[in-house]
Amino acid sequence: MHYMRQVWTVAAKDLRSELRTKEALNASLSFALVILLLFSFAFDPTAELTREISGGLLWLVFAFAGALLLNRSFARELENDCLDVLVTSPVPASALFLGKALANWLLLLGIELVCLPVFGVFYNADWARQPAWLALVLLLATWGITVIGTMFSALTVNLRLRELMLPMLVYPMLIPCLMAAMQLTTALVAGQTPSGDQLAWLRMLVGFDIIFTALSVALVETVLIG
Amino acid sequence: MRERTLYLLGVIAAILLARNIYVMLVGLPDEAFQGAIFRIIFFHVPAAFTCFLAFFTALIASISYLKTGRMQWDALAVSTTEVGLAFGAANLVSGMIWARIIWGIWWTWDWRLTSMLVCWLLYAGYLVLRRAVEEPAQRARLSAVLSILSFSVVPFVFFSIKWFRTQHPQPVLYGEGKMDSAYRAMLYGNWVPLLLLAVILVAVRMKQENRRLELDALRREAHTI
Repeated sequence: MHYMRQVWTVAAKDLRSELRTKEALNASLSFALVILLLFSFAFDPTAELTREISGGLLWLVFAFAGALLLNRSFARELENDCLDVLVTSPVPASALFLGKALANWLLLLGIELVCLPVFGVFYNADWARQPAWLALVLLLATWGITVIGTMFSALTVNLRLRELMLPMLVYPMLIPCLMAAMQLTTALVAGQTPSGDQLAWLRMLVGFDIIFTALSVALVETVLIG
Repeated sequence: MRERTLYLLGVIAAILLARNIYVMLVGLPDEAFQGAIFRIIFFHVPAAFTCFLAFFTALIASISYLKTGRMQWDALAVSTTEVGLAFGAANLVSGMIWARIIWGIWWTWDWRLTSMLVCWLLYAGYLVLRRAVEEPAQRARLSAVLSILSFSVVPFVFFSIKWFRTQHPQPVLYGEGKMDSAYRAMLYGNWVPLLLLAVILVAVRMKQENRRLELDALRREAHTI
């Protein structure tokens, strides 16, 4: 119980400072919108084609926007040596990590909720035909992105070229998660209820989330403290 | 490992390789459907085996480093990762040459090709990360964590890409497919010199890494004086 409160304290702190300054949020959101626009030049956005590639399009946008957001997650704490204070505080490193991951998760979900209607308008897609399933996929895959992303944000926080390092390391790691999300989202935007193969993808997404949450929680102390 | 042992291993590997190439080209007949090019399998598949064995060793070395904090383990991890990447590249390139002749294309997004490429990129990221960290203990720690995370994602990569698409010939070493016993013997037989080569490379690279650590320590000592 005490642990959960520590997690929430860190998450609330991150959310509060992000919502007040909006530095990463604004950049990430406008970047997402720019990419959504750019995709309209990459192919002719007819209804047919959009239906076929909607999952891939949306998740690339979310993954790119997420990288911008996640870059700042630990880097923000470098100013005034906040990171050192956080690490020496009585909050265990894993609670610090989970709190930050939670905050990033909520922020990225917020960005996704803005992007989806914009996608619907620009690409003339009726994306909300399976709202419950789509919400589930968004929650699970976004957690996959944020848990890996927050871990790598911690891993790269003290490095030169941090901004370059994070996407380069994160995207190959995220391939299984993104692939599952793309498959499922394409089917859901087309209005299908998940069955057979798609349920297998969903199970893989759950497995991915569980394994990498556990690994990150176990390893984050080594990364931050040593 | 002593220098003389390494040279000895090298000579053994070279002799074995020469013998294998001779048998491959002269002793073994062309494959019924693919003809001469089929022989590339004797390098293609053992290279993949060696690559994954190297990555697995890197995982063990990384875990051992985190447990003990001895730089020896870090040296082993980086050496095996580099050698694994070299063999991975050999596997990818030989596969591409084979594909060009049999399938008529250099590359196809089949699950095994794609998975191998993703694994290769994951571990290439490991080397890039190492270059970005100055301090040796921090470098060892962070790259050990990355190695563990990378290895854990490999099964996910393989399964997910397998579900996604398939064109590669079905497994011939196990399962339904059949391979002539002479071919099979050569496939495993040629793994021996390649594995020896990998061991030699790792040993040389570890030596280099140890000398670098010594140099670093000396330099720091000189600074304090």
